Amino acid sequence: MAVIRDPMPAFEFFQPTSVEDAQALLRRYGADAWVLAGGLDSLDWLKDRIKRPAALVDLGTIPGLKGIRDVDGGLEIGAMTTLTDLVRHPLVRERYSILLEAAEAAASPQIRNQGTIGGNVSQDTRCWYYRAGWPCYRAGGNICYADTPESINREHAILQADRCVAVNPSDTAPALIVLDAQMVIRTAGGTERVVPAEDYFVGPGIDITRMTILEPGDLLTAIRLPATWAGATFYFEKVRDRQVWDFALVSVASAIIMNGSGIERMRIAVNGVSARPLRLQAVETLVRGRAADEMTAVAAGNLAIDGAQPLTFNAYKVPLMRNLVKRAIRGVEPATWNS
Amino acid sequence: MEFLTWGRNPWDQSILTHVSWDLLWAALFAGVAFLLAHGGYMLLSAHRKRHAAETDALEAARPDLPPRIVRHSLAARLFHWVMAAAMFTLLVTAFLPIAGVRFAWVTWHWMAGLVLTASILFHVIHATFWLDFWSIWVGPRDMPELKAEVMREFGHDVPGPRPGKYPLGNRLYHFTIVIAALAVVVTGLFMMVRVRTPFFTRNPYLFGDATWGLTYVLHGMGGVALVGLVMAHVYFAVRPEKWWITKSMILGWITRRHYLEHHDPDRWKVRGAGPAARL
Repeated sequence: MAVIRDPMPAFEFFQPTSVEDAQALLRRYGADAWVLAGGLDSLDWLKDRIKRPAALVDLGTIPGLKGIRDVDGGLEIGAMTTLTDLVRHPLVRERYSILLEAAEAAASPQIRNQGTIGGNVSQDTRCWYYRAGWPCYRAGGNICYADTPESINREHAILQADRCVAVNPSDTAPALIVLDAQMVIRTAGGTERVVPAEDYFVGPGIDITRMTILEPGDLLTAIRLPATWAGATFYFEKVRDRQVWDFALVSVASAIIMNGSGIERMRIAVNGVSARPLRLQAVETLVRGRAADEMTAVAAGNLAIDGAQPLTFNAYKVPLMRNLVKRAIRGVEPATWNS
Repeated sequence: MEFLTWGRNPWDQSILTHVSWDLLWAALFAGVAFLLAHGGYMLLSAHRKRHAAETDALEAARPDLPPRIVRHSLAARLFHWVMAAAMFTLLVTAFLPIAGVRFAWVTWHWMAGLVLTASILFHVIHATFWLDFWSIWVGPRDMPELKAEVMREFGHDVPGPRPGKYPLGNRLYHFTIVIAALAVVVTGLFMMVRVRTPFFTRNPYLFGDATWGLTYVLHGMGGVALVGLVMAHVYFAVRPEKWWITKSMILGWITRRHYLEHHDPDRWKVRGAGPAARL
């Protein structure tokens, strides 16, 4: 199927100034509506003519969806806050540096100027078979083109694949899971629903056509970061093909609170290995009370990859994920040069 | 409303992908409409039943029959209820996600499918070697019974044949559900080759796109048909005048009175005496 990158097909363009107006538009156009945040995921779909909405509802003109507020020692981040604003915010730097690192690892400075935190966590998978418009499971068809003997599936899932083997591309998602972020959703019916970040994402076993629990007409309005993990010892690492600008092959985020030399509690999540960012609760349980040393890290790394089922070309992700989990626990020594 | 969904494969060929899930709602609507229509008809119609005195006379004439007549063996009843459980699991796991109730359904679905397949295989062997295989089937020879049953439904007292072991409606239902169930079982077994299971090595290229499309469409059509068929089955099972049949699927027997009232002893011959006689 040819990919056409020329001017987009015509659509109605709306710039509502309130969430209520935005949702009224979504109700009016139903399945023909498209929600536009930063536009970085959307414009690919539209210019490739894979998605042909009748109406675009731009959330960029709703003032209430932007900005970062200090709430009870935590933060409330408007869903339309740009990644650049997030990275530059002093309270994010002071309390949740892991989110800063994750947001800064996303794409390029230009894209971070335009891309939003809400869009980053809600973006669609980058599986090129799916994005080519072919009738795969995720597009409502009956096959996964990425899971065949000769598929090019180097970037695809090693865990929790269920028919579809696409992965979640968000950089900030694992950091938000580690911080026990709460996703504030305004449902199509107008009520507010708050869900933990780890429950915001959905795998293909539950819903093969979506990456998040957002139903048609729902809007993610804010992300709340509780004070629980503020100031913990954080670790974030994203491994990608090109350091300057790329999606993660595998990323890891962790927060550890130490008690003397032992780990009092820890949260750890990975992305790029499954259709949803995975919180590794078995690892969290394993390391509780143990020293953050090599032995614990090895055990945790091995446990993390339990059940991994690599595809034809992505077996490298198994040791990569194992090593990232190890590094998240025992840390990384600074690189030294001996010449 | 569309009946089928189509896509374009990487070779830009138009291919079938599924039935339209609008058909699920159509099947539910048709099922409910049938229940209401039949329920209304049963309230208002003059369908002819045997008078109590008539059945009394039949009972008096056959003192040789035991009070309980075995209708379903333990094996047959076990098959029925295992199959029913598998069928409900299949329908729930297939259609609740389409209706918006999200859960990890695929593994439950194919496991229930395997249970259904095994129970059907058991049933075919059991019915072939231990039961009267043809007693449940319909054919041209049943036309006189059909005519008589229709006349009785309209209130006429006609002398035509009465059912053997299974009422005509029961046999017609069995015929229909065999077609629908075989369609979903055969296509479902092939579809298992596309998902990860411990039983098959995944092989998405077992068929070409067109054949896979047809396989998915047949599976969907069979599944949607089963929604309506199962609704009708449950409806008839709980109807008061059919309860004696449902009870026999639990306990295994019917009373001598029900046997004589509803069946033709020449077409369903009961042999032997004792507390419960067999066919």
